[in-house]
Amino acid sequence: MLLKNDHVLVTEQLFKTYNGRQVLDDVSLSIKRGEVFVIMGGSGCGKSTLLRIMAGGVPLTSGKVIFDGKEIASLRGEEKDRIKCRFGMSFQSAALLDSLTVEENVSLPIKEHTRLNKEVVHIIAMMKLKLVGLQGFEAYKPSELSGGMKKRAGLARAIALDPDIVFYDEPTAGLDPVVCAVVDQLILDLTKKLNITSIVVTHNMESVFRIADRVAMLYKGKVLQVGTVDEIRNSSNPIVQQFINGAIEGPIQMEDKLSEAIY
Amino acid sequence: MCWCQIFMDGVKILLETLYWIFIAPFRFKPQERKALDGKAVFDQMAFMGCDSILIVFFVTFFTGIVLAMQSAHQLERMGGVIYVASLVTISLCRELAPVLTALVIAGRIGASITAEIASMKVNEQIEALDTMAISPIRYLVTPKFIALVLMLPLLSILGDAFGILGGYVIGVYNLHINSGLYMQIAFKFLTLKDVYTGLSKAFVFAMIITLVGAYQGLKTEGGAVGVGRSTTNSVVMSFILIILADCVITGIYFFSGN
Repeated sequence: MLLKNDHVLVTEQLFKTYNGRQVLDDVSLSIKRGEVFVIMGGSGCGKSTLLRIMAGGVPLTSGKVIFDGKEIASLRGEEKDRIKCRFGMSFQSAALLDSLTVEENVSLPIKEHTRLNKEVVHIIAMMKLKLVGLQGFEAYKPSELSGGMKKRAGLARAIALDPDIVFYDEPTAGLDPVVCAVVDQLILDLTKKLNITSIVVTHNMESVFRIADRVAMLYKGKVLQVGTVDEIRNSSNPIVQQFINGAIEGPIQMEDKLSEAIY
Repeated sequence: MCWCQIFMDGVKILLETLYWIFIAPFRFKPQERKALDGKAVFDQMAFMGCDSILIVFFVTFFTGIVLAMQSAHQLERMGGVIYVASLVTISLCRELAPVLTALVIAGRIGASITAEIASMKVNEQIEALDTMAISPIRYLVTPKFIALVLMLPLLSILGDAFGILGGYVIGVYNLHINSGLYMQIAFKFLTLKDVYTGLSKAFVFAMIITLVGAYQGLKTEGGAVGVGRSTTNSVVMSFILIILADCVITGIYFFSGN
């Protein structure tokens, strides 16, 4: 019961097989309330799948996901929807509905899950857009925005319902270094200002060191190491060292990277 | 096995759609969550119904003309050219107007439903809806389903009228049948049953078009090529199912003596 207050999301012995391939292999993590938790790992190591399982988007093969002391992976229907409303998700491609304007995108979850009147929804949406620095762009269509702005609009949508946890799938992929830094700063700001927990999947090491409170290194579906940024930086594990330094020589071989990428 | 799976998926989409139409509005308190979106339904009705009138007009009007010309040729030999009027009317109301309208709408609306949902699927937008706890069926499919089920029978009634007008043009201006007599003969043998036979078909066709469109869209994979493939499949599958359903429904009416 002590766990309940301290740890907002816990995974216990998660396994996931996909088309006969073991994507996640005994993943047990616990994420503390209010921290920025980063899951890093190479392409195809299962980190995006892990994020989606935690967010309730993908069913798992076996194991438990415990949110606020309740097992959520086995929930269905309305109960699951109620949990999903307490999560926000920021997608790699932002995944804004491209037929709607930025403001309509942000207000969509509010309109769907509350019965607030139009003016109130508008005020909330504008407030969220202001938080991510997109005031003045509310009437734009997603196709008229730059990559970084799309990410921020997606972020505004993710925090629309004041979630407890926000999941970020590769928040800085495909952005230039300055915009990367802006998005990273935004993640930190939102986490602090809104008192939410952020779970970030990334392989951008600069980002990891900038934002993370704690880091988990995932390799071939297994958790290699969990620790603070300093612990990871000084890790004695050769795989972690090779990954954070981006070295060609080391235990991570290109062949198995390629064969994983094919899957 | 494969067809069985497709059928089961289609039934699943149908059941979920019906759930959102008939059960969800009464299950949730209005402040809890949204079940039916009236504005979305209305927008879809305008797009599917009003914007399709012209194309339905072209197809059924000219079919009426062709039907009148073809039958006049045959009936003239038997000296019954006046019956062109009732032949055109009955065959349009019972069969041709609903089927041709449905085929045209499958091409226009079915393809657009699939293309819209498919491109959302390949761009993670369907997944995004899901993570926001917004059912893609409720948000995307249900309004289209209601709109088309209401609009297709209406379009097919309009199709009846346009087709009869086409027959009238030939009957009066080419075969020189008196205008009043043409209209009298046209409706003399037409019973209400003929009309609702056609409407019941339109109703079923509308369900086929939306469900096939939604099914093909939601199962799309593989980027732009996938979207194209799904759209093609949607139209082809709708066409086949419409003709098949037409055969079955006509058979039911035929063998039950109507």
